[in-house]
Amino acid sequence: MTLTPRRHLTVACILTAFCLGSTPAPALARTGVVVGSKAFPESWVLAEALARVLRSEGVPRVEHRNNLGGTEIVYQALRAGDVDAYPEYTGTIAQVILHRSVSTSLSGMRRVLSREGIGVSDPLGFNDSYALAVTKNVRERYRLESISDLARHPELKLGLTHEFLGRPDGWPGLVRHYGLSMPHVLGIQHELAYTALERGRIDVTDIYTTDAEIERLRLHVLRDDRGFFPRYDAVWLYRLDLGRREPRAVRAMHRLTGRIDEAAMIRANARVVLGHRSYGEAADSLLAETLPSGQERTPAATNTLWGGILRNTGRHLSLVLISLLLAVLAGIPLGVLAARSPWLGSAILSVTGLLQTIPSLALLAALIPLFGIGAVPALIALFLYSLLPIVRNTYVGLTTLPGPLAEAADAIGLSPRAQLLRVRLPMASPAIMAGIKTSAVINVGTATLAALIGAGGLGEPILSGIQLRQGSLILQGAVPAALLALLVQRAFDLVDRVAIPRGLRLPPSPR
Amino acid sequence: MGARLPAAAGIDLQDVQKIYDGVKALDIALLRVEPRSTLALIGPSGCGKSTLLRLVVGLLTPERGSIRIAGTPMRPETRLELQRRMGYVIQEGGLFPHLTAAENVALVARDLGWPDARIGARIQELLELTQIPRELLDRFPAQISGGQRQRVALMRALMLDPEVLLLDEPLSSLDPMIRSDLQRDLKQVFGRLRKTVLFVTHDMAEAAFISGEIAIMNRGTILQRGSFQELVRNPATPFVTEFIRAQRLLDAPNLTPT
Ligand SMILES: Nc1ncnc2c1ncn2[C@@H]1O[C@H](COP(=O)(O)OP(=O)(O)OP(=O)(O)O)[C@@H](O)[C@H]1O
Ligand SMILES: [Mg+2]
Repeated sequence: MTLTPRRHLTVACILTAFCLGSTPAPALARTGVVVGSKAFPESWVLAEALARVLRSEGVPRVEHRNNLGGTEIVYQALRAGDVDAYPEYTGTIAQVILHRSVSTSLSGMRRVLSREGIGVSDPLGFNDSYALAVTKNVRERYRLESISDLARHPELKLGLTHEFLGRPDGWPGLVRHYGLSMPHVLGIQHELAYTALERGRIDVTDIYTTDAEIERLRLHVLRDDRGFFPRYDAVWLYRLDLGRREPRAVRAMHRLTGRIDEAAMIRANARVVLGHRSYGEAADSLLAETLPSGQERTPAATNTLWGGILRNTGRHLSLVLISLLLAVLAGIPLGVLAARSPWLGSAILSVTGLLQTIPSLALLAALIPLFGIGAVPALIALFLYSLLPIVRNTYVGLTTLPGPLAEAADAIGLSPRAQLLRVRLPMASPAIMAGIKTSAVINVGTATLAALIGAGGLGEPILSGIQLRQGSLILQGAVPAALLALLVQRAFDLVDRVAIPRGLRLPPSPR
Repeated sequence: MGARLPAAAGIDLQDVQKIYDGVKALDIALLRVEPRSTLALIGPSGCGKSTLLRLVVGLLTPERGSIRIAGTPMRPETRLELQRRMGYVIQEGGLFPHLTAAENVALVARDLGWPDARIGARIQELLELTQIPRELLDRFPAQISGGQRQRVALMRALMLDPEVLLLDEPLSSLDPMIRSDLQRDLKQVFGRLRKTVLFVTHDMAEAAFISGEIAIMNRGTILQRGSFQELVRNPATPFVTEFIRAQRLLDAPNLTPT
């Protein structure tokens, strides 16, 4: 999500958000109350809790529309009147909705948003903010209690989400605030970070303070002893016209404020994420609990991240070329093997084809326990993804030798080895080169995923940019990646001149 | 040349059957090509001429029967060695486009590890024999004419000085002028080298010109074998009569079969 400390964002959501972003429509004349939520469990549970309270109060036609994607989508829906209320976080309101243009105190937000016809409730009681967490083992081994303790252990390996790495109120600000200097920092996808932490591949990761995994993995949340992290207090955002249309709804929202603390929210999240309960059940349990309220603070605002484009590009290129080289070294022999017997051929082609269908995140997740995080699993994943075009094109090139040539190759007394090396492979070279080029270009794109497991590259700014919804950051990765794809293509056109025999590059002769 | 004649090899087929998808394409009870003799195989399209040649050169394995070259049966373990004692030329497209004419000719010799000098000397001999201008050798197949390509293919077939030559319609894609030149040259080469030659054609005039002995095939079997005159005078079956008549040879002037 943009500056919500929350995740899970599909490309579809982004696109929809961009489309919806700029067109506030007038509220429709409509009865009933629509509660909205974003595309993550905590948002569902809170919205459902409100919907249930409203129903129990006898409000007619209460509807919960969940999974409205990111902040942009659900906020625009609220402005347009498609949604009457939804749970939001103060930090997100300040940074995403108000673009940090105004004072970000609760009263300041209320003042500005009231001009849009939007109201802000008091905090619900919990803060879903960033924090750094370590496992029990790591805590004991390094005697880590608070964030300032990190400074004593620069050897610690940190796996941080890209959003956190890119946010001013994330890692860059934290480093400055605490004067940290940690050399081992890798970008990693949020869900994968938990696996890596569990397996001891990383020591520290950033978490959301209401993550269900905190309890499951018995993580220790490092105390923010110098008060760096801003608060993301959950509040209700609602249409002010609801007060006229359905006063009971506003009263119900206010009854839910100041009553949900972190522990209660973590339990509710755990019921959905770990206990596989419905969010309705989780909402019911949540409503059964009450605790005192939290307080409010404003998030820090610092400069945006400027990734070294050159460094990322260099890193990206080496990931692409190394994995490609490995794929060529393995793929051509596999293609040769596949061309030898129909049985072996279909086995090899099925397996390499199957590899292609494994979702990248699943493949990366499977590789972490074996190879940890960083460049090695990224290279392995890229290698596996580059195999198919090379194996298949080698196979096709070898098996589609024109009839008379295949006949001549087999009849003039060439040993099988010479048939392969002097006739079949050179004749297949245009197809093989085409396969290598396909792999290379696809690889340039796929290598952006390497950033998910801390291997760096141009995916670093792209992923940060997507989660922060910062176009400029995305472009810092996307533009060099596109140029790289073109460059790689051009470079391989030159390689063709060496790899493909001249006789095969002649213009066709009139027969 | 007499002193340098290679050992003579005959071709023997006995009770050979080739079946494609349950259909019998070839059924030869007995066929012998004597060492140093030339036999022209002729017959309508689809009668099994190419199948016969492919069996002899080891591209196909028969469902039944035995094939011997110089008395050695064609088997997986003898195949490569026998192939190197035979030269094989096909209608067209047999030259590898990624190799120059010279590389095509020298391909197998290089595979056998012949030194450059030996390869060069052999190519020189063959250039004279096949009347190919030397500068042609550095060109790719796409850069030379169809007639020249067939001369190069013949050169390649002769490179290892094989005892047997198998030619499957080597001239049928050429225009009549070039074709008659090549017919003349081929006949001369066969006469000089005195190899065992199996020459497939669908043109009776060509068969009669190149070879003293002709075998007429139909539907996978050999109907009759003999000189052109014998075939004309004593046709064994109505099909032979009909086949010869259809070629309109007897009306053509200047036909002097040897
Ligand atoms: N690979 C194959 N699979 C099935 N049938 C085949 C195959 N090759 C040849 N045939 C069939 O076997 C028969 C003999 O074919 P062959 O190529 O030997 O004929 P041919 O006498 O050389 O004809 P042409 O003069 O047209 O070259 C034909 O009926 C042909 O259709
Ligand atoms: Mg044929």
